[in-house]
Amino acid sequence: MKYPKPTFKARYENFIGGQWTAPVDGQYFDNPSPIDGANFCEIPRSNEKDIDLAVKAAWTAAASWTKTSASERSRILNKIADRIEENLPMLAAVETWENGKAIRETLNADLPLAVDHFRYFASVIRSESGDISDINADTVSMEVHEPLGVVGQIIPWNFPILMATWKVAPALAAGNCIVLKPAEQTPTSILVLMELIEDLLPAGVLNIVNGFGPEAGKPLATHPDIKKVAFTGETTTGRLIMQYASENIIPVTLELGGKSPNVFHKSVMAEDDAFLNKAIEGFVLFALNQGEVCTCPSRALIHEDIYEAFIAKCIERVKAIKLGDPLDDSTMMGAQASNDQFEKILSYIDIGKKEGAELLTGGDAFENPSYPDGHYMQPTVFKGTNDMRIFQEEIFGPVVSVTTFKDDDDALEIANDTLYGLGAGVWTRDVHQMQKFSRGIQAGRVWCNCYHDYPAHASFGGYKKSGIGRENHKMMLNHYRHTKNVLVSYSQDALGFF
Amino acid sequence: MPDRVQITEAAAEVVRQLKASHGSLMFHLSGGCCDGSAPMCFAEGDFMVGSRDLQIGTIEGCPFYIAADTFTYYKNSAITIDVTKGRGASFSLEIPLGVRFLMRSEILEAGLE
Repeated sequence: MKYPKPTFKARYENFIGGQWTAPVDGQYFDNPSPIDGANFCEIPRSNEKDIDLAVKAAWTAAASWTKTSASERSRILNKIADRIEENLPMLAAVETWENGKAIRETLNADLPLAVDHFRYFASVIRSESGDISDINADTVSMEVHEPLGVVGQIIPWNFPILMATWKVAPALAAGNCIVLKPAEQTPTSILVLMELIEDLLPAGVLNIVNGFGPEAGKPLATHPDIKKVAFTGETTTGRLIMQYASENIIPVTLELGGKSPNVFHKSVMAEDDAFLNKAIEGFVLFALNQGEVCTCPSRALIHEDIYEAFIAKCIERVKAIKLGDPLDDSTMMGAQASNDQFEKILSYIDIGKKEGAELLTGGDAFENPSYPDGHYMQPTVFKGTNDMRIFQEEIFGPVVSVTTFKDDDDALEIANDTLYGLGAGVWTRDVHQMQKFSRGIQAGRVWCNCYHDYPAHASFGGYKKSGIGRENHKMMLNHYRHTKNVLVSYSQDALGFF
Repeated sequence: MPDRVQITEAAAEVVRQLKASHGSLMFHLSGGCCDGSAPMCFAEGDFMVGSRDLQIGTIEGCPFYIAADTFTYYKNSAITIDVTKGRGASFSLEIPLGVRFLMRSEILEAGLE
């Protein structure tokens, strides 16, 4: 089934203090779709004046929002989830048109996960509680939670709505107001979502300011009235965010990507069964979302004894990936999110060839007959060694670099020989081996006999240069609030020092 | 350290344009997801160069830095900074111009050291 191209407004605005607000300086920029390369709407090109307005509106709203009951916040989060669910095919088409990803993914992953994420945080704030300790017979210590106030969130473009949800849902659940800046490649998806839910939130609780990183992102990250910054992106901007946060002495959470190993042990090939089929798909998941996933399993480590047989099956499955119109739900892989991203992927394929890696399949752009001006890649598999740049640098495209290993120690050494530690996959029929690898790999998420599953109830975040802090799971609430200790003495006796 | 960074004329023109509005500039090679694995351009002094960052070249009078751990994988690389049209994200100064700096690489058999 082919979904129709969604309709868009010619121009969108910022959402500040509950109102759709034109940028103070009246400037806009064009938003192109990577599907056909053509502009489809205009987006505000905001600056520090718009950020100031949004931060003020957020603090005005914070006076009451930070005091709302958990039941009220839960009720609103559930309504947001319902509203997304009621409009799911429309939002899926909007996100596909803006980001380029295949609609089978927005329909079945991005948006259902966003719905579930709001429901998860709606539920956990009804069931959690603080701690109370009896220090002694007359002294009681209470650990209570208080929201930070107003937080800044900078959203990436690879999952525009889901990545916004990962940040917005826990921040609202914890009682904060938000100033959010969408990525400049994919702002419209979030603005269309905001149009759908604007009546559900009090004015000023969620503010969206659009614009470019140096013009709108920087004033948000340096603003003295922002109490925490959450960012997903690359390492240099991650360092800048930390540097700016040090000016105001505020916390940050950073998710900065990875070069995730996907380890296939010998036992995977022990039977020709459903599990082997699952493992082959696990290899091919490097192509999910065109490889534009921070946890893309972009390094495949295969035991040398099964390499020839296993890679043959994997390549066959990669070659069966259907490219085409991203709005057709039979298309498996869509467009890369922007032209510069597309060019960068091609530049890394060039590096792989020059480094002497063996090209097993793909290795070039895909000429899409439906959209000759879009940005499409062939899924690409290289074989090489872990010291090559294509094994060490995140390409953020549908490119996997494959190598072999001799034994468990060799595999662990290769898996951990990386600057990053966000995700990892382990495929084995041996539970002892699974334990060794799940604990031995230095990464925040180790998928065991699965990959690319993102339940709201499971924490997500990086070791090493992949970032600081976690997203998902109720532990995320504590990244959006203070812990206050209330220490109560019921004794009538003085200490006796003075 | 030998200079291992060059710049295309098209990218140099963008640097000159940015210098006219932002003053002295610097580059830092980013890693990681989204807009990573690409050079970032900032007003000199805006990005705090770390004690473990290495200057591996100068382009259009701008120092070009890379983190020491990343450099481990660049010992045999000579890179050329180019520019492409595109709506990249990040705090890099060329973003509002609708263009993005891009790195092209040559792999040298013998390395540069």
